[in-house]
Amino acid sequence: MGIRVILDKCTGCTLCVKSCPFAAIKMEDAGPAQEGKRPKKKAVIDLNTCTLCGACLPSCKFNAIEITHEKREIAGKENFKGVWVFAEQREGKVQSVAYELLTEGKKLAQDLKTELCAVLCGDQLIEEEVVHLFAYGADKVYLAVHDELKHYHTAPYTRAIAEMINKFKPEIMLIGATTLGRDLAARLAIRVGAGLTADCTGLAIDPVKKILLQTRPAFGGNIMATIQTPNHRPQMATVRPKVFRKSQIPNPKSKQGNLIKFSPVINAADLSVKLLEIIKDESVKVNLAEAEIIVSGGRGLGEAKNFKLIEELAGILGGAVGASRATVDAGWISAHHQVGQTGKTVSPKLYIACGISGKIQHLAGMQSSEIIVAINKDPDAPIFKVATYGIVADLFDVVPALTKKIKELRG
Amino acid sequence: MDIIVCIKQVPDTTEVRINPETNTLVREGVPSIINPFDENAVEEALKLKEKHGGKVTVITMGPPQASEALKLCIAMGVDDVFLVSDRAFAGSDTWATSYTLSQAIKKIGSFDLIICGKQAIDGDTAQVGPGIAEWLGIPQVTFASKTEVIDKKIKVERMLEEVNEVVECPLPAVITVVKQINEPRLPSLKGIMKAKKAVVKVLSAADINADLANTGLKGSPTSVVKIFTPPPKGGGEILAGDTSEIVEKLTSKLRERKLA
Amino acid sequence: MDYLLTEEQKSIKELCRQIAEEKVLPVRAHLDETGEFPWDLMKLFAKADLCGLYIPSEYGGFGGGTFEFCISVEEISRVCGGVGVTFAASALGTVPILIFGSEEQKKKYLPPIASGEKLAAFGLTEANAGSDASGIETTAKKEGDHYVLNGTKQWITNGGEAETYTVIAMTDKSKGARGASAFILEKGMPGFTFGKKENKMGIRCSATRELVFQDCKVPAKNMLGREGMGFIVAMKTLDKTRPGIGAQAVGIAQGALDEALKYSRERVQFGKSISSIQAVQHMLANMATKIEASRALVYAVARAIDAGSTDFTKEAAMCKLIASDTAMEVTTDAVQIFGGYGYMKEYPVEKMMRDAKITQIYEGTNQIQRNQIALGLIKETAKKK
Repeated sequence: MGIRVILDKCTGCTLCVKSCPFAAIKMEDAGPAQEGKRPKKKAVIDLNTCTLCGACLPSCKFNAIEITHEKREIAGKENFKGVWVFAEQREGKVQSVAYELLTEGKKLAQDLKTELCAVLCGDQLIEEEVVHLFAYGADKVYLAVHDELKHYHTAPYTRAIAEMINKFKPEIMLIGATTLGRDLAARLAIRVGAGLTADCTGLAIDPVKKILLQTRPAFGGNIMATIQTPNHRPQMATVRPKVFRKSQIPNPKSKQGNLIKFSPVINAADLSVKLLEIIKDESVKVNLAEAEIIVSGGRGLGEAKNFKLIEELAGILGGAVGASRATVDAGWISAHHQVGQTGKTVSPKLYIACGISGKIQHLAGMQSSEIIVAINKDPDAPIFKVATYGIVADLFDVVPALTKKIKELRG
Repeated sequence: MDIIVCIKQVPDTTEVRINPETNTLVREGVPSIINPFDENAVEEALKLKEKHGGKVTVITMGPPQASEALKLCIAMGVDDVFLVSDRAFAGSDTWATSYTLSQAIKKIGSFDLIICGKQAIDGDTAQVGPGIAEWLGIPQVTFASKTEVIDKKIKVERMLEEVNEVVECPLPAVITVVKQINEPRLPSLKGIMKAKKAVVKVLSAADINADLANTGLKGSPTSVVKIFTPPPKGGGEILAGDTSEIVEKLTSKLRERKLA
Repeated sequence: MDYLLTEEQKSIKELCRQIAEEKVLPVRAHLDETGEFPWDLMKLFAKADLCGLYIPSEYGGFGGGTFEFCISVEEISRVCGGVGVTFAASALGTVPILIFGSEEQKKKYLPPIASGEKLAAFGLTEANAGSDASGIETTAKKEGDHYVLNGTKQWITNGGEAETYTVIAMTDKSKGARGASAFILEKGMPGFTFGKKENKMGIRCSATRELVFQDCKVPAKNMLGREGMGFIVAMKTLDKTRPGIGAQAVGIAQGALDEALKYSRERVQFGKSISSIQAVQHMLANMATKIEASRALVYAVARAIDAGSTDFTKEAAMCKLIASDTAMEVTTDAVQIFGGYGYMKEYPVEKMMRDAKITQIYEGTNQIQRNQIALGLIKETAKKK
């Protein structure tokens, strides 16, 4: 198993060299020089660097690169049917990301001509939420009820959902890429032998193979990869909140569906991690990951107290307050507001960056926002490369004026 | 307490650029670094060792050049390092990676705690840490921003979206850490000297009793269909004028889209 | 230019550069503005095992020599001359103990300095005795198994922050140049206090204070060497540490050149970057040449000292002289290349120019250095006859 260049087919065109994200292909002299001609160079793959990602294959117009691998065929994968969505609940309320995934999941289920199901875990009171899941398109809801499922812990949730997966065999399972979802999915995938793709920004069904094509960013968002899970089931994927939009008008009365209740067996070993306390951050008024509008402050604010300008603008727009890493490191605002590679990734409808230069680490966290407004004194600030509307001006003039204008217009 | 830290050598993604002509990743001259979250993991392990005694071992699954990352850890002051490397591991996805690392951990022997960084900045999946926990059958606590070890338990503050959660977990366990947990120390001169002389031990697939059905490309449930660069985000427009003109233009555009 | 550093020396250089760029650079403007002492940075150097580079390993040091010391001072000063001198001046207070200390004294005082736990300082200069060091008036009167010190030292680097002080005082005025002795003092000794922190033109984060002795009782066993050796201790110490100040000056100059070079490529006037203008190119060339020459001499002297040379007074004076004059010229030219921006505090070069000036003054003014060099030349010629 491995990768090789079929030297007879290689013309030395070098297209593969540029296609390799890991710089694993180089051109080297192949054979002695022919009379009057320069020695031909052919592609050579450094097996120590090559990760067998396959990006070079489509780049070669001469089919001179070959990857051979024996893939295990998993018996019985055709028995797995249905698109499942994990309905994340916190404090008894199903989270918006679940409705977003149900909306997208509906399309996938229709492509596959199969059912859309929601998986909900909680104590008895959670049953009140089931009606919303039907309203957003679920044909079926699998409801796991147990006192120990009231608040999320890794082990009991993994236990309960794995049982359901093993019993009811979904072909696809979607989970919101929240802290909860990522904690759960990673464990669950290994438990049930599934392939898991994280942070997908695009989902589609391959029309021929009828499998899930999962597209996601890598290298800090600098490249995109489309991933497949050809044999293992279910095909699991996590999706960040706000990547898909939930359907606009759910009608609670229009949909009924099949409710399947389930009492998982949770043993003492699953309860080893105990919750001691929850520390709320008083400065967080709106959840950044869920926000439609974010106003963000950077080093240009100069000092902590100037975040007040950001808070006022965010307040009047009904949005959340974001921050660059520099401001968090300087102690001007708590880390829950940090947007960026080591903070949160957000994709609101509107992102207003005030006094933020736009370093790559920050852009990685917000460049998929629908509309980006950048306010910065420095015309060369990299943020202007991604801004929909760029304003080269002093934020201390523009931000208060903007806040004032919007207040006026609202009357 | 004996701690094992799993690290990954990654390209410095802040240095990665896109070639504007071919629209592909330019990797030449991009330095390789220890995944930043893994630096925090190593630092947390060293801090816990300073407080409770014991040993810190760092392992990584990677090609031969990943031993450079391990040497940086020696320079920071860890006790032992292992490079888990074999042709059979090439093309691993997170399933295969977490399996391989868990086998290596089993080979190394007893441990009280395993620490991983939250995610790698090239893959960005955050899946390997919990994967290792599942393979080893021990509890996991993710997104740790503060730790405290008392007897045979670890108290962890987890950074969630809006709140922090404090949990107590019995050891042995796997924790994954966020950047906010600590400030990684700089290497010391003595450490650098030690690292230069160090010979990194390599663990092959056979050394760790790896079931080849779970390693490398063959053992990976997921595989890459294609890789492409996202279309460059088109530069937008600059709103010019004095403050009131700018504000006027912006608010009207936002109102059009029902945002203001 | 490649000075053929050993692997160890390269590691020292890289580590110092990493700390300087990652930790010193972000705070240098703030330290300059407030004048606060860089304790956090000193702690970082300690953790990185850099405080004992020139101290033998049996006392907890790295076991390197003057050259290793110079590399580290140069890299740190490249980013901030104030932090550089704080780091270097500790050596000034330690070298007397290294050269003249008894085994007991070395065992007591060297390990905490090597580990970075404590800083050191050197007290020679007084209000009435600067270049004319022989005019010191601080007295040390023997009383039983103690000496009682009275007097005031002026402009002592690390004064008030250091724990260990090497102080030169007159034990017998009648003997003139042979009447001074060297003592090791500890912060907290009764009768030993400090004056206010001086408000300086440059190297502002470095602490410069008076040392005030009022019937300060120092145990006799704290004397370095024998009575009367005071000025020999001072001269031998300054000889050995002169390359360190030369290295500081080279570092400051290099930092200024780096900034000026970068700026000249970015600044566009007359439709092109100013780095394509010959007038600017010649300035940059002159700056670089002088820095390289200074560096080469500093390194040569440091290597000679480490190789065991006993006769380097003249050359040590030369390397301090040329490096400090170069630092002043280069930083001034750097401000010039920056033009109006160079004069503004938002840009780093005006600080470098203010920092550079002191290198021409302390550790022996450049006029005294010239005296030393001339005397050395004359002595050599006289010997030949």
